[in-house]
Amino acid sequence: MVKHRYSFFLGCVIPNRLPQIEAATRLVVPKLDIELVEMKGASCCPAPGVIKSFDIDTWLALTARNIALSEENGLDILVLCNGCYGTLIAGVAGLKDPDTRKRVNKILKGTGHQVKGTITAKHLVEVLYMDVGKEAIEETVVNPIDARFAIHVGCHLLKPADIRPWGFVEDFMLVDELVELVGGTTVDYKLKDMCCGAGGGLRSAELEVSNDMVREKIEAMQRAKVDALVNVCNFCHLQFDVGQMQLNNQYGTDYQVPVLYYTQLLGLAQGFTPKQMGLDKHYISTKPFLEKIGMSV
Amino acid sequence: MIDRRIIDGSKIDPELADEMEKAGLDRIRSCIQCGTCTGSCPSGRRTALRTRQLIRKALLGFREEVLSDPNLWLCTTCGTCTERCPRKIDVTEAILFLRNLSCEAGYMRPQHKGVSYKLIETGHAVPIDDDKWKKMREDLGLPPLPPTVHSYPKAVKEVQHIIKKTGFDKLVNYKEGKEDGKT
Ligand code: SF4
Ligand code: SF4
Repeated sequence: MVKHRYSFFLGCVIPNRLPQIEAATRLVVPKLDIELVEMKGASCCPAPGVIKSFDIDTWLALTARNIALSEENGLDILVLCNGCYGTLIAGVAGLKDPDTRKRVNKILKGTGHQVKGTITAKHLVEVLYMDVGKEAIEETVVNPIDARFAIHVGCHLLKPADIRPWGFVEDFMLVDELVELVGGTTVDYKLKDMCCGAGGGLRSAELEVSNDMVREKIEAMQRAKVDALVNVCNFCHLQFDVGQMQLNNQYGTDYQVPVLYYTQLLGLAQGFTPKQMGLDKHYISTKPFLEKIGMSV
Repeated sequence: MIDRRIIDGSKIDPELADEMEKAGLDRIRSCIQCGTCTGSCPSGRRTALRTRQLIRKALLGFREEVLSDPNLWLCTTCGTCTERCPRKIDVTEAILFLRNLSCEAGYMRPQHKGVSYKLIETGHAVPIDDDKWKKMREDLGLPPLPPTVHSYPKAVKEVQHIIKKTGFDKLVNYKEGKEDGKT
């Protein structure tokens, strides 16, 4: 019997733009005694920065449908994206109110789904840190990764805090601890807590402002002499990986900080190859980082 | 000549603050204009977005001025202002609510309409719209399409059913078969 079962919520960016994160996660989690059950026909979460900015009712109804799919699985949801997590957890919290649930179920009528309010959504970090536990993760490490990492936690993992399990928002060190488990050193850098700049519809409509936040954070990471950035959100991941490339193309800069999603790093530590973790599919080359730890793609 | 800011009383709409309160922003009137929100804002560090000012204008009832303000669309929804507001105002939610009104008033950006059209047509705001993504998935040992709306046409219909019911298609001027690029 597997110990931990969740509905696996993919969202949009992971399956449709960064499938390396999907592939890495699917390989890594069985070692942690996790079984992922598909959410057949799940849609966009929908995105809290864009769709929620346009129409809160549509946003809530669509997320209610996704939540209902997982209720039909009888399982809590595992989410990899901070944005999807923000949407789903806000949906779970909002739909606890019977009047809201009634109103939303009226909209869902005709889809074959109704939301009951029986499950919750958990971010990968919550599942790893609180459900699986540090010891069980450490036991799967066969190849410690000795390198210097900048951690980018991302906003919606932490905020708004009142509907999150952490109880605090500043100096969040759980991701640092998860990286240290696999042998890494995490370093502090200027503006570590700052937003990546992707959200709120900025990546789609305000790219200059959005990428300026990438610039500021990446410069601080370079000054801290890190070998790579580790994130726990695919949208932050895309922002840093694609954003550096766009800045380099636009301004002739040479930002080269490799960007890794946590499960890709954990996979390397568990003995999977860089290719299995999709590290050959990045916009900013992961080669210098892999060389540093004695690997290649 | 210095352009003095003289408030034209006819432009003030006191109902805006009431609407915000009714939408669940019940603490909005307790704003003391301390500026903690502006001081915390990663976007305001590099842009003209002044969160405190937006809240002030909304409370004063400058409806048109707030809803047409492009700075409203520079917030990343990071949530820092909400965490730090000493009056426990959900500032980020207030911005999202004002954005909803801004869209309703016709100030939606063309790029944002584009994202909405993708959602309406496929169920994904970021869909597989090029075979290269399928190939990339297969390279990684994944099926070419994920088990999402992409694999279940019935699920796309369900999404569209919801969107029609909430009127989202009308809000973004979506007409089947052709995108109305109007902004
Ligand atoms: S932090 Fe809160 S009280 Fe201070 S100006 Fe902003 S909204 Fe008003
Ligand atoms: S939520 Fe928006 S307004 Fe508030 S601090 Fe973040 S970017 Fe600024």
